[in-house]
Amino acid sequence: MSAPGWDLHAPGSDLRAPGSDLAGALAAEWTKARTLASTGGLLLAAVLLTVAVGAAVSAAVSCPAGGCAEDPAKISLTGIYLGQAVVAVLGVLMISSEYSAGMIRVTLAAMPRRTTVLAAKAVVLTGLVLAAGLIAVLASVLAGRLILPGHGIDPAHGYPSLSLGSPPVLRAAAGSVLYLALIALLSLGIATAVRDAAAAIGTVLGLLFLFPIIGAVVGNAHLARLVQQIGPMTAGLAIQATTGLSGLPISPWAGLGVLAGWAAAALLAGGLALRLRDA
Amino acid sequence: MSTATVAPHRSGAPAGHDGFAQLVWAEWTKLWTVRGWVIGIVVAGLLTAGIGLLSHSECGSQAGPGAPVVTGGPGCTSSLGPGGEAVTDDFYFVHQPLAGDGSVIARVTSVTGSSSPDGASAQDLHAGVQPWSKAGIIIKASDTSGSAYAAMMVTGSHGVRMQWDFTGDAAGLAGAVSAASPRWLRLTRSGDTITGYDSPDGTAWTRVGTVTLTGLPAVAPAGLFVASPDVAQVTSRSIGGGSGTGGPSQATAVFDHVALTRPVGPGSAGGRSGGAGSAGDGAWTGTAIGGSSGGPSPVLGYRQSGGELVVTGSGDIAPVVDPGAGSVANTQIGTFAGLIAVVIVAAMFITAEYRRGLIRVTLTASPRRSRVLAAKAIVIGGAAFAVGFPAAVAALLIQEPLARSRGIFIDPVSALTEVRVLAGTALLLAAAAVLALALGTLLRRSAFAVTAVIAVIVLPYFFAVPLAVLPGGAADWLLRLTPAAGFAIQQPYPAYPQVTGSYTPGNGYYPLAPWAGFAVLCAWTALALGLAVYLLNRRDA
Repeated sequence: MSAPGWDLHAPGSDLRAPGSDLAGALAAEWTKARTLASTGGLLLAAVLLTVAVGAAVSAAVSCPAGGCAEDPAKISLTGIYLGQAVVAVLGVLMISSEYSAGMIRVTLAAMPRRTTVLAAKAVVLTGLVLAAGLIAVLASVLAGRLILPGHGIDPAHGYPSLSLGSPPVLRAAAGSVLYLALIALLSLGIATAVRDAAAAIGTVLGLLFLFPIIGAVVGNAHLARLVQQIGPMTAGLAIQATTGLSGLPISPWAGLGVLAGWAAAALLAGGLALRLRDA
Repeated sequence: MSTATVAPHRSGAPAGHDGFAQLVWAEWTKLWTVRGWVIGIVVAGLLTAGIGLLSHSECGSQAGPGAPVVTGGPGCTSSLGPGGEAVTDDFYFVHQPLAGDGSVIARVTSVTGSSSPDGASAQDLHAGVQPWSKAGIIIKASDTSGSAYAAMMVTGSHGVRMQWDFTGDAAGLAGAVSAASPRWLRLTRSGDTITGYDSPDGTAWTRVGTVTLTGLPAVAPAGLFVASPDVAQVTSRSIGGGSGTGGPSQATAVFDHVALTRPVGPGSAGGRSGGAGSAGDGAWTGTAIGGSSGGPSPVLGYRQSGGELVVTGSGDIAPVVDPGAGSVANTQIGTFAGLIAVVIVAAMFITAEYRRGLIRVTLTASPRRSRVLAAKAIVIGGAAFAVGFPAAVAALLIQEPLARSRGIFIDPVSALTEVRVLAGTALLLAAAAVLALALGTLLRRSAFAVTAVIAVIVLPYFFAVPLAVLPGGAADWLLRLTPAAGFAIQQPYPAYPQVTGSYTPGNGYYPLAPWAGFAVLCAWTALALGLAVYLLNRRDA
């Protein structure tokens, strides 16, 4: 005789923790991201700053009558340099805010498979940043298309109107959206490893901006090129080039690949740290 | 019945300290007892001192992909002028010895020039004289590069000038020179003093300047010279390889009425010791001074015909503009990395109090909130400076011998400038730390504060210098108005208006004077701190 109600493994009694599968984790992370006020604010800021800086730089350039070596797609997408900082904050806060509030212990108690938690965060973050990035990039290209012809970047100077119909411009635009998503993932990975928000965002921005600043003072051309080939930002933003591709330190897609490598390494390090460490 | 007055109990313990010094001490204790923050500040010092090691280059390296190999270019050995600064001293010199006191006189009737802006071939010559092409007369201590001199010259488009010892410059007659309006130039030596005169007609002389040269020997070479600087370069060492256009230029000047005279006196033959027109006088010697490899064809040299001397020269007599890898500022490139590390700690110095609720204890213990923030600012700013200064000195001390071992010569600066550049590194870290503290108080979240500080200090510099996407004017405004203006404090070499060259932030020249630029950063920091005090007083903690 068995006592009814004591058999935990009886068919029909579903005692699996809800959310231990990826779908449940995704739903949980989506709810967290959606209900935080900072998420929407940061996404909006990323879009606005990207478009505003792109438009301002487009309005500042001038192409003299003698011709110039400007890259219209690159100019209109300059705002990515600032927008990525906001995206990085979003990526960092995705996990750091859980550590600072102690929420991470609840999250990991509810979803003990830590890798699944990180994967769910990565998927939700990627989705959000891809959506915001798409809006930002489209608006930036549109702003460039409207502003640049007034500053000498026009067909008379050998520049066709900025259009997504041209394959290099499409590559620059789509690549910039992917770039933002990879920056978010890089930030998430680093923040998972570092935990503290300030240290994580400092590390991410240092990784992004120090390579080009050092590259600019390296007098040895081979070393300077190497610095630009391995820097996550210098390599990743090669995707924005539409002219003078032969002079790039790294080809567009290979450059984005380098950034993807950085992001993958950061997520791997973060994932390992999350598995091995106490929360 | 009367109620006895009972004296209230008074504790025998001494009253607690509540002075500002105790507040600073309390904040200092908070800082140094958090292990992560101490590590962060030490890391800031290590990064400041160490990152510069990556910036090393070699002499004779390629300027960029596809560019010609530069040998003896910027960063390699430079001549030093009498003032100890690195100088370019390349020109064509047609000279005779001038013994003791005397004068050099010459009339310039024409200056023409050509350049190859691509720096490539002699076939692609552009006619036209450079604005700071120089042709005139000179008295120089010796024919070695960098020796003291005083010269009167006609320039391409800046009229007659008197220049001396590479940095001195005084304006004479304005306007261009031509056969119809020639320029007479005269230099008179009296002891160590040389006076320059100019004249439109050779009779009415105007004094342009008087200078005293140290180390002028009794017999000094004197005569005619021509120099023409490289075409003004638009260099940008931007992401994706440097770009620049520039190349050598040359100038040809026609002189007549050339005379070296000695004052009439006993024991002196008096009168002219040499003149272009005097028959049988072959005393002129032509020397290409310095590394003047020559501009585009035709080659440098001089030709004497009738009463005329035609001299063709290239190069420049001026302080070095682009020290390249040989700049003192390059040793301080670690400032950016150190600044980011300091900013992280400084932001957490206040945001951690909000996160842990410690701020309520802090403000209960010291209800005058502005004093709390002042104490925090002093502690974090002082800590940043205390770590930054030795790190900056270490960066220079480590890198200078390393650079020398690779054949790179660090262009010297005066001791005062060196102290300003090194202290500038530490001051930048300190100001950035206080700004981060203020923004941390305003935003209360460390991630926002760190990002904001980096966005207002590092990003404008990044947009203006390595990215180089903005045209020069807009980039200059970024470095005038934003907190990034503070990097001007690291400018090692002064910019001279009379020198052709790319005085760009990329080469270490900022639109604001060193202390003015730093004042802009301080003004932003003060503004943020004031706002932080205001909100800290108004808001609930």
